[in-house]
Amino acid sequence: MSTQDEVATERSRTVDSAMVPRQFVVTASRRDTRDTRTLELRALGDEPLAFGSGQFTMLSAFGAGEVPISISGDPTRPEVLQHTIRDVGGATRALVAASPGTMLGVRGPFGHGWQVADGRGSDIVFVAGGIGLAPLRPAILEVCADRASYGRVSLLYGARTPEDILFGPDLRVWARDHDIDVEETVDTGPHAWRGRVGLVTQLVARVAFDAAHTLALVCGPEVMMRYAAQALIHCGVTADRIRLSMERNMKCGVGLCGHCQLRELFLCVDGPVLSYDRLEPLMTRAEL
Amino acid sequence: MRTISEYLPEHPFFRGLDERWIDLVVGCAANTHVYPGAYLFREGGPADRFFVVRRGRVTIETSTPTGSIVLDTAHEGDVVGWSWLVAPFRWTFDARATEETSLVAVDGACLRGKCEADPELGYALLQRVVQTMSDRLQSARARLLDLYGNRS
Repeated sequence: MSTQDEVATERSRTVDSAMVPRQFVVTASRRDTRDTRTLELRALGDEPLAFGSGQFTMLSAFGAGEVPISISGDPTRPEVLQHTIRDVGGATRALVAASPGTMLGVRGPFGHGWQVADGRGSDIVFVAGGIGLAPLRPAILEVCADRASYGRVSLLYGARTPEDILFGPDLRVWARDHDIDVEETVDTGPHAWRGRVGLVTQLVARVAFDAAHTLALVCGPEVMMRYAAQALIHCGVTADRIRLSMERNMKCGVGLCGHCQLRELFLCVDGPVLSYDRLEPLMTRAEL
Repeated sequence: MRTISEYLPEHPFFRGLDERWIDLVVGCAANTHVYPGAYLFREGGPADRFFVVRRGRVTIETSTPTGSIVLDTAHEGDVVGWSWLVAPFRWTFDARATEETSLVAVDGACLRGKCEADPELGYALLQRVVQTMSDRLQSARARLLDLYGNRS
């Protein structure tokens, strides 16, 4: 067999294994908001799923379907696979309804993650919108675990209403125990809400960071990420130091099917995390 | 607490203004303190001032048949009110303190007079007010999209 054939055979084996779901059992299910739950999963009789922050898996509820879901757990504890899932119907409804003991299928982990360690020695600005905080959570935990290696750390978080704020206890712990400047805002809030009402991008100018030595990690709806990137650039952060987690219709997870194509990029392998200097020309093109 | 003449030149809204213009603004400004529940202004009332929040929290609200809705909040460092510079000089929303709040209140009528006498000052202030309006407009438009409801 030629070297070329061996490479092709190895690639085929890799792809085959990536296409076969592993069985995981739900060990806990926690309600985060009215439509969002976090599931804890353990691999069934197999080694745990090591992952990097920002990666995703293809998660399947048998008989209901398979969807890409970002990992929201702690990368230093791969034995517990955490996924935070919003019920938007179909497969996600079945996943959110999965109770402890339910078997789920997991493929992955896939994709290029946050690579937050690149920010060691710098200030870090996390900007999250809505359920976009879930894919950022592993990176935040990574920073918390090695807090002394980073400068000032800020987390700017926007949600639709106070009831939609994710990981409330985590936000308090990160602020109190890990010296993270946590700023929250909501689109609309009742009079009882004592925090901010406004757009998350408005918070960028309110927190202290050294723009020349800052790594910004942004996750949320695409329009929000674009505005957040523009606000960060306005404050002096360069586009190559702003990373966004993109979302498209991931299917195969290994760059073959093309469902997640964004012009020359396959987001399931080239992304989901990419720097804004690569994304900017693509994000302002309609229907890409 | 620093005096107004110490505080305003360092504030982002006024940063870069010529020193003589800062003196003019300071001449139109006064410290004020309000308690929770107090209105800074009411919709339809004469827009004769604007405010810089030094400490506390202010809600920008509008009334509906089922009660008032909070549209925005202003916190330390924020500027509240731009209707003082735009005819017919009437407030378009309510603004209310929700905690003890310290502010610098700037007399808009006084400042308008000075802007008319010195168009350069008027242009410099207009640029700053337009920036505030632009930020609010972008925020309002983005929130109209109800972005957070769409990501799964």
